[in-house]
Amino acid sequence: MTALASSDQSALERPRRVGLFGQLRRNPSVIGGAIVLAVLVVIALLAPYLHTVDPEFLKPRFRLRPPSAEYWFGTDALGRDDYSRVVYGSRISLIVGVTVAVFALSLGTFIGLVSGYIRWLDAIVMRVMDGLMAIPAILLAIALIALSKASLGTVIVAIVVPEVPRVARLVRGLVLTIREEPYVEAAIAAGTRLPLILWRHVLPNTIAPLIVQGTYIAAAAVLTEAILSFLGAGVPTDIPTWGNIMAEGRRFFQVAPWTIFFPGACLAVTVFAINMMGDGLRDTLDPRLAKRL
Amino acid sequence: MNPVLQIRGLTVRLPAGADRRNAVDGIDLEVGPREIVCVVGESGSGKSVTAFSIMGLLPKGQLVPTAGEIRLQGEDVLRASPQRLRELRGSRMSMIFQEPMTALNPVIPVGDQIAEVLETHGTRDGGALDAAGRERRIAELFDDVRLPEPERLRRAYPHQLSGGQRQRIMIAMALALEPALIIADEPTTALDVTTQAQILRLIKAIQAEHQSGVLFITHDFGVVAEIADRVAVMKDGAIVETGATRDVLARPQHPYTRMLIAAVPGVAAKARAPIGAAPVVLATRGLTKIYRTSGWLQARRDVHAADAVDLTIRRGETLGIVGESGSGKSTVARCVARLIEPTGGEISLDGQPIATLSATRLRRHRRHIQIIFQDPYRSLNPRRTVGKSIVEGPMNFGLSKADAWSRAHALLDLVGIDPAAIDRYPHQFSGGQRQRICIARALAMEPTLLIADEAVSALDVSVQAQVLALLDDVKQRFELAMLFITHDLRVAAQVCDSVAVMLKGRVVEYGSAAEIFANPRHDYTRALFDAAPGKGWQFGTAAE
Repeated sequence: MTALASSDQSALERPRRVGLFGQLRRNPSVIGGAIVLAVLVVIALLAPYLHTVDPEFLKPRFRLRPPSAEYWFGTDALGRDDYSRVVYGSRISLIVGVTVAVFALSLGTFIGLVSGYIRWLDAIVMRVMDGLMAIPAILLAIALIALSKASLGTVIVAIVVPEVPRVARLVRGLVLTIREEPYVEAAIAAGTRLPLILWRHVLPNTIAPLIVQGTYIAAAAVLTEAILSFLGAGVPTDIPTWGNIMAEGRRFFQVAPWTIFFPGACLAVTVFAINMMGDGLRDTLDPRLAKRL
Repeated sequence: MNPVLQIRGLTVRLPAGADRRNAVDGIDLEVGPREIVCVVGESGSGKSVTAFSIMGLLPKGQLVPTAGEIRLQGEDVLRASPQRLRELRGSRMSMIFQEPMTALNPVIPVGDQIAEVLETHGTRDGGALDAAGRERRIAELFDDVRLPEPERLRRAYPHQLSGGQRQRIMIAMALALEPALIIADEPTTALDVTTQAQILRLIKAIQAEHQSGVLFITHDFGVVAEIADRVAVMKDGAIVETGATRDVLARPQHPYTRMLIAAVPGVAAKARAPIGAAPVVLATRGLTKIYRTSGWLQARRDVHAADAVDLTIRRGETLGIVGESGSGKSTVARCVARLIEPTGGEISLDGQPIATLSATRLRRHRRHIQIIFQDPYRSLNPRRTVGKSIVEGPMNFGLSKADAWSRAHALLDLVGIDPAAIDRYPHQFSGGQRQRICIARALAMEPTLLIADEAVSALDVSVQAQVLALLDDVKQRFELAMLFITHDLRVAAQVCDSVAVMLKGRVVEYGSAAEIFANPRHDYTRALFDAAPGKGWQFGTAAE
């Protein structure tokens, strides 16, 4: 076994570690996902210059027009240009996806590190996390919006809260194995203080699975935001999001299917692209995990 | 008589980007009936790839046989269809793996796993076996591999058996269909030395009873001396020397074989200068560690991992703790390094009691005790350059950045690593080099006590000899006290001034190495010596 293991290790591991970016560049799903996402980011940033009009501008005379040369994606029940609304709506989706992933990852990682490394805290913190995990994001969002008011911040908080325990669990599990590694014991023997041990020796070795998890969180957040907006429990209706465009189009779906089709297609493409990139990252960063899943 | 196995010009290609072109490069090998042929070599020599090629178990697409033939009783297995290969595996050839725990399915009773083999293949001549017939055959096999209480063990799960028992089950499975060829891939490497001796005897006896040919893969010349009729030495995918065991061991022709045999440490203790009355660095009195398992509705169980251990190490002295797995030797080391909390007893370092110091007060003493671990692949943080790993400790204790880095340069040079490699990551070094880096990291703290916890066990013999020499050298140069944990008596004989033999958490024999090696008193120590493979050979002297 040893000879076999070492010979294919030397053969397979070296190129993977040395040329990580080269490897990523060669992975078609990372490239595909990244290109689609890059296009979406550009669209979101340049929304005002992409032949759009004010997404809130009402033209009651031009209600429910089908897609045409003038109204590329048609108009909605109030005569607003759906193309402009979908383009501006991409901003919310991307902001929510990225912000939720960043907040959920940082909070969850911190909690996971601490509870994985400090034994006596573990039981307490993880029970709280279990409790949080029992709250569905949608219920929490409705409750939060009932308590405060509909805003982007509320939506982000509502999605972040139930995601944190998932990240915390993942990180805690990783920490429980990493803390037993001899290099961590060597650091203890070298008199390294606890925060530095976590920062230098534990955290960097959790990064690969975390990046992968981050992409899945982003994809789920984009979807959840759309669901919340669709239910009317999300971002205020004067800001167009793919979710509330679909919610408003729902009543006229029979006569004007484009009001649902275009935001729905954009949502699907975005989530698909993020997931594809996540899969590619997982395959490249963590081949063992890839085999297991 | 026709050979059971005939390999002609076998070549197995490695994937692109590997350190060499072929894993196995045009080898010829034969195994006759009733013959044990040992393939011996260091890691990466291609010996396991050879075994896996014969079994048709090479990872698909990564390792591809490109030339040559492997004939099993005349039939070319390289050209056999997958279905024919499946038939051959088990009925005509079978394999015993290194780690029986992972080779057995953890959720199926071991008896059922043997029954499955019998059910799939029937008897050797193709006849089917009914349930009662299978049970009879299992009972026979248990008897063959000398497993007691077959009724009880048959129903046991792998985790309920000891390592030796599991390996016996594996052997029973391999024997189930009376194969013509048994391939044993380092079958005793994961076992304790006394168990290893039993398993080696068993394989030899069984092979004589069943008249199978055995291809035995090992890295250990001691094992070769115990078991082989013929030996083939592999290096970098080629066989550099083959011959009768007696000839190869006594008169090795190839320089590589000579080097390998010379690198095997001898069992006799080396003559060492007396330590005299140097100051005591470490003393433990009644050091005890009890692991307590208790749970809901579970009776409380105490495991005495270390039981009233008294040890003393003086400056410049190397104390070896020798014992088999579970003897508590590592527990003692980790208690001394305060990586785990001792349950009771005294530890004094340079006269200071440290057994019960609080974490903050302990930190000041940390630098005086440094530890080198067994697994060179896990003892360095893969995400930090080796330089950063070395300077971390000294900088924790206030050494300036510039001084710490210049010390790291000097130490890398001292342990035989080019200081220009200081900014590389651990995966760019070999196992032996990493272990040298770990030694440099430990030395950077200027410790008074160095603990080597099986520090050379994971290394190939030739590398092992170099690292042992390095450890001995730095010990003398810096006048260190060293606590050397090992399961290998031959290694202990090379470096230890005094030896403590541990069994089930207790020190059963303690004295100077010369005395213990010349005249072991305790039964267990004697059993350890008896079990040391290849004890009849004067290793370590052949090339001198």
